[in-house]
Amino acid sequence: MMGAYLDFIRIRFITMLAYRVNYYSGIVIYAINIGAYYFLWKAIFGEQQELAGFTVAQMTTYVAVSWMARAFYFNNLDREIANDIRDGSVATQMTRPYSYLLVKMMQGFGEGLFRLLLFMIPGMIIVCLIFPVTLPTDPMTWMIYLVMLLFSFLINSQINILTGLFAFFVENNEGMMRMKRVMVDLFSGVVVPIAFFPGWLAEIMKWLPFQAITYLPSSVFTGRTPGSEIAGVFGLQVVWFVVLLVPIWFTWRAARKRLFVQGG
Amino acid sequence: MLAIDVKDLRKQFNVQKNREGLSGALKDLFKREYTEVTAVKDISFQIPQGEICGYIGENGAGKSTTIKMLTGILVPTAGDLRVNGYVPYKDREKFVAEIGVVFGQRSQLWWDIGVIESFQLLRKVYRVSEADFRKRLNNLIERLDLGDLLNRPVRKLSLGQRMRCELVASLLHNPSILFLDEPTIGLDIIVKTEIREFLKDLNREEGTTILLTTHDLQDIEALCSRVIMLDDGRIIYDGGLEDLKNRWSKGREIHFEFSTQTKLATLQALTGDLDVTWKMDNDLTATMWLPHAINVSDALSKVVGGAAIQDIKIVETNTDEIVREIYRSGSASTESEQQAALKETTVS
Repeated sequence: MMGAYLDFIRIRFITMLAYRVNYYSGIVIYAINIGAYYFLWKAIFGEQQELAGFTVAQMTTYVAVSWMARAFYFNNLDREIANDIRDGSVATQMTRPYSYLLVKMMQGFGEGLFRLLLFMIPGMIIVCLIFPVTLPTDPMTWMIYLVMLLFSFLINSQINILTGLFAFFVENNEGMMRMKRVMVDLFSGVVVPIAFFPGWLAEIMKWLPFQAITYLPSSVFTGRTPGSEIAGVFGLQVVWFVVLLVPIWFTWRAARKRLFVQGG
Repeated sequence: MLAIDVKDLRKQFNVQKNREGLSGALKDLFKREYTEVTAVKDISFQIPQGEICGYIGENGAGKSTTIKMLTGILVPTAGDLRVNGYVPYKDREKFVAEIGVVFGQRSQLWWDIGVIESFQLLRKVYRVSEADFRKRLNNLIERLDLGDLLNRPVRKLSLGQRMRCELVASLLHNPSILFLDEPTIGLDIIVKTEIREFLKDLNREEGTTILLTTHDLQDIEALCSRVIMLDDGRIIYDGGLEDLKNRWSKGREIHFEFSTQTKLATLQALTGDLDVTWKMDNDLTATMWLPHAINVSDALSKVVGGAAIQDIKIVETNTDEIVREIYRSGSASTESEQQAALKETTVS
């Protein structure tokens, strides 16, 4: 059975590969984004050496790494699930001896792997050539970061799955999906690191899962998180991963009762 | 053993009501109103293993809803339901491993990948051994003549090609029950016939129980020993197709072709003492409708004496017409009449 789940990763990867041309433009768009934020932050820093604990070099690296991480963990699982529900194809999925949500997760991961290999890595090389990004030299940091990046993907996908499943309960969850996207980008720290948020908002963010998507792993990678705290930060990601399973399980259960297949 | 055992099965949906106009839309924004729709109303039936059963009814009669409950997609509101010994929605993953499902209106194959890759993926999903898979696939490919389609992506197949692939996909794990929801919808007559033949063989050779919904009564005539007819969420008929015809068809038609011009009045005069009705198609041809109570020979002998008959054709009312008649009367008649009809048919 595991073989089947692995196959979903492989097949999504191959399918994405078939449409790879779409992604070349993506690399350019991400490079432009990173460039824009780089110059913006340079202007904000001005003469100052340090802002909210960030040096200019750290900020540049943070911006580049965060955007490239986004290239990996980003997916449209919410939209895919909402579409499956709206057009009723979720029904055929239910006649298969597998878990629908786990299959979706695997497909998301196949897409993630594709984005990692054909988008994130080449994008990172280009960005490193253009901007003064300093990457860590300690292989341990890289290892830890890769694991944390995996959890970024898991937590982001869980949030996507939850958002997508709302299509069972509302006629149109387009608005919710857009709101989610903006919230994830803003609160995860891609646009502005959470250290720059006003005190009360930063405090709230500590209690939400978004920081675990970008802010925590990027902080570890850029060396802003002291070595002694790394275990705790990683633990926080794991906790969020486990906690988010609960609402997904309940939503799925409730959805099965409510399921109304279009075209009765 | 029973393949399907259904008792007092019921399914209710809450359907959102959309109130009219701007003020209605605003009200909807704050407080939604729902109407409760009962799609399936306490139906009971049993299907033994190895039977091919047709499940028919008008659009919206509750056919698909029933199929979706039987296949574990929908959770019933009330009633007992056992398929293959499982309660479908409870042990879904285990249960669906032993059934095959084809929805004519949606594809279960993966759109972007080649047909053979879809099959390979299904092999892993259903945990079929490579040897069994090869054997079954080769057999199915030969039967359904798929050889040259295997490497094409599903999106490039025609509807008929896709449907044959869907059938293969639903049979790779050798299910003991096959559910088909409108399997022949939109197909040309050649593919339809091919699929019917295939299903018949499958039932005969493997003993697969088949439950199919369809709007094409020829599917039923070709395949089913038994029909369950649904109207407005209730079963209005459950029995053999022949019984259905005998019970509901009230008469037959005789088409006459005359060698000389014949008037309607003349014909009516000839059969004046019989309870038949005439219709002139044109000057030379007419149609007589006579109820089952009257012998064909009696009616013919009256006409033979008074008109020059060139040709005669006797036409049984076909199933389409019968069913159309039942749908029409079924939805118009009261509940007690339907119950009575049901009783009568089960007695005969």
